Amino acid sequence: MPDEASGPAPARAVAVREVPFRGGGFRPRTNSYVSWAVFAGLILLWEAGSRLGLISPIALPAPSQVLGALVDLARTGMLWKNLSVSLMRLGTGWVLGSILGIAVGLAIGLFTIARAALMQLTSALFAVPKIALLPLFIVWFGIGESSKIATILFGTFFPAVIATYSGVDNVDRNLIRMGQSFGLSWGSIVRKIILPGALPAILSGLRISSAIAIVLLVAAEMIGAQYGIGAYILQAGSLFAIDQLIAGVTILAVLGLLISWVIARAERRFLDWRS
Amino acid sequence: MRLLADRVGHRYGTTEVLRDIGIAIGGGEIVCIVGPSGCGKSTLLRMLGGLEQASEGRVLLEGEPPAGSLNPITYIFQDFALLPWRTVEGNIRLVLEDHKLGATAMRAIVDDVLERTRLKDFRAALPRQLSGGMKQRVAIARALAVRPAVMLMDEPLSALDAQTRELLMDDLVELWTRERFSACYVTHNLAEAVRLGHRVHVLSRRPGRIRETVEIDMPLAERAERAAELEAMQRHIWLVMREEARAADRELADAG
Ligand SMILES: Nc1ncnc2c1ncn2[C@@H]1O[C@H](COP(=O)(O)OP(=O)(O)O)[C@@H](O)[C@H]1O
Ligand SMILES: [Mg+2]
Repeated sequence: MPDEASGPAPARAVAVREVPFRGGGFRPRTNSYVSWAVFAGLILLWEAGSRLGLISPIALPAPSQVLGALVDLARTGMLWKNLSVSLMRLGTGWVLGSILGIAVGLAIGLFTIARAALMQLTSALFAVPKIALLPLFIVWFGIGESSKIATILFGTFFPAVIATYSGVDNVDRNLIRMGQSFGLSWGSIVRKIILPGALPAILSGLRISSAIAIVLLVAAEMIGAQYGIGAYILQAGSLFAIDQLIAGVTILAVLGLLISWVIARAERRFLDWRS
Repeated sequence: MRLLADRVGHRYGTTEVLRDIGIAIGGGEIVCIVGPSGCGKSTLLRMLGGLEQASEGRVLLEGEPPAGSLNPITYIFQDFALLPWRTVEGNIRLVLEDHKLGATAMRAIVDDVLERTRLKDFRAALPRQLSGGMKQRVAIARALAVRPAVMLMDEPLSALDAQTRELLMDDLVELWTRERFSACYVTHNLAEAVRLGHRVHVLSRRPGRIRETVEIDMPLAERAERAAELEAMQRHIWLVMREEARAADRELADAG
């Protein structure tokens, strides 16, 4: 029986095929070279289209013209003037809204009274588009900075509340029980177990609320502001200065990218314990 | 110091989980509790540790805890319960930080327990970098750090594979031989119970009552070699438990 001794080698005279591989796919990856290449390619295509007259300069000016508008904006000092007031509104509103939101979210996550009193209210107010409240805030706080900041604050408050209390709710109960079994104080359990455990949810809440903050900033500045990126875009539009309009939109896009980069850095810094 | 359950019973809503349990833990002995799944072993341990209140009977402490004990009744959990964002050292420090020990004393305790559990090289590792066996060693180090009078262990080896379980059992025997700690050790694994227990309480299916108590005189350190004698004891316990386990199995299936 020489055949039997041959072990795992395929038998002769029988059709032999390899087992087809079917385990691939469903695993998309990012590649920053490709992202940048797509970006650059689109801009080049756009520039070429404008130069060849395929894209009307009235409808969409060439990227080089937009760049020109940006350079102009920087040279006259208006870039900084508009950007600084916008950043001030965005920063103040977002930071205050997030701090208050995290505090209230924590209260809802920890105390029965706060949960009973505030959870439904939060859900109801979360759904209201906050820009609808700007006129009210103007009546209350005047046309100045306060009403714009209040709109952004209000808009970022609710996502922070909801992210925080759902984060607290999802902290592993076993870890809390462990803390109690070692006799940790209430404050230690909150600071060392609950807050770090809720941090992933809080940070993703901040990511969402930063996008909401930019939308509300622009909307508020379009309704009543002399300076600011939103006011600049509105003004450019009413003058049909499309190159300036697109320059303004570009600034917003860069701002959004920057904020999401900062949050990604924070996630890497504070959540490095996740696999 | 001894920890006593005095005619403890418990119900969740209308389901009676435990009935008339009397046990005593202390004197440097390991008391094992075995019983079919769902018979209330974890519930009993939570009551012994003050994490849940019994609906009947009382859990009592007899005598003063030894001087220097930071947390007389200390748990070891099946799922380790380590904070994933803290290193091995940080997880041990967590349970010391509230005691205002001072930097040098804290450092000394951490060094000492890492030495005793042979974890020195893993001081700065995060839990996700450790195997299950190493995680449970960290949890044991953390428990030792607070100098417990009684350790409550809820299936501490059940999340580990068979080989790691053997290794950790040897570690526990060695540790006990050195420290003579008292413990209540809950398990559904009879081999663990006869290897580690000075006394084994066999619980019935829900509502859990003590069906039988088996005393094992053989010194822990000798048990690895005298496997045949242990085998006989394990067989005896299994015969007591088998009907209960079978009935409990069917009950769970009915409850869906
Ligand atoms: N918090 C709870 N609420 C209601 N029922 C519970 C609760 N905890 C445990 N039980 C029930 O009590 C019984 C005993 O649970 P447990 O003590 O975990 O058993 P064991 O650890 O012996 O497997 C089970 O039937 C379980 O479903
Ligand atoms: Mg259990």
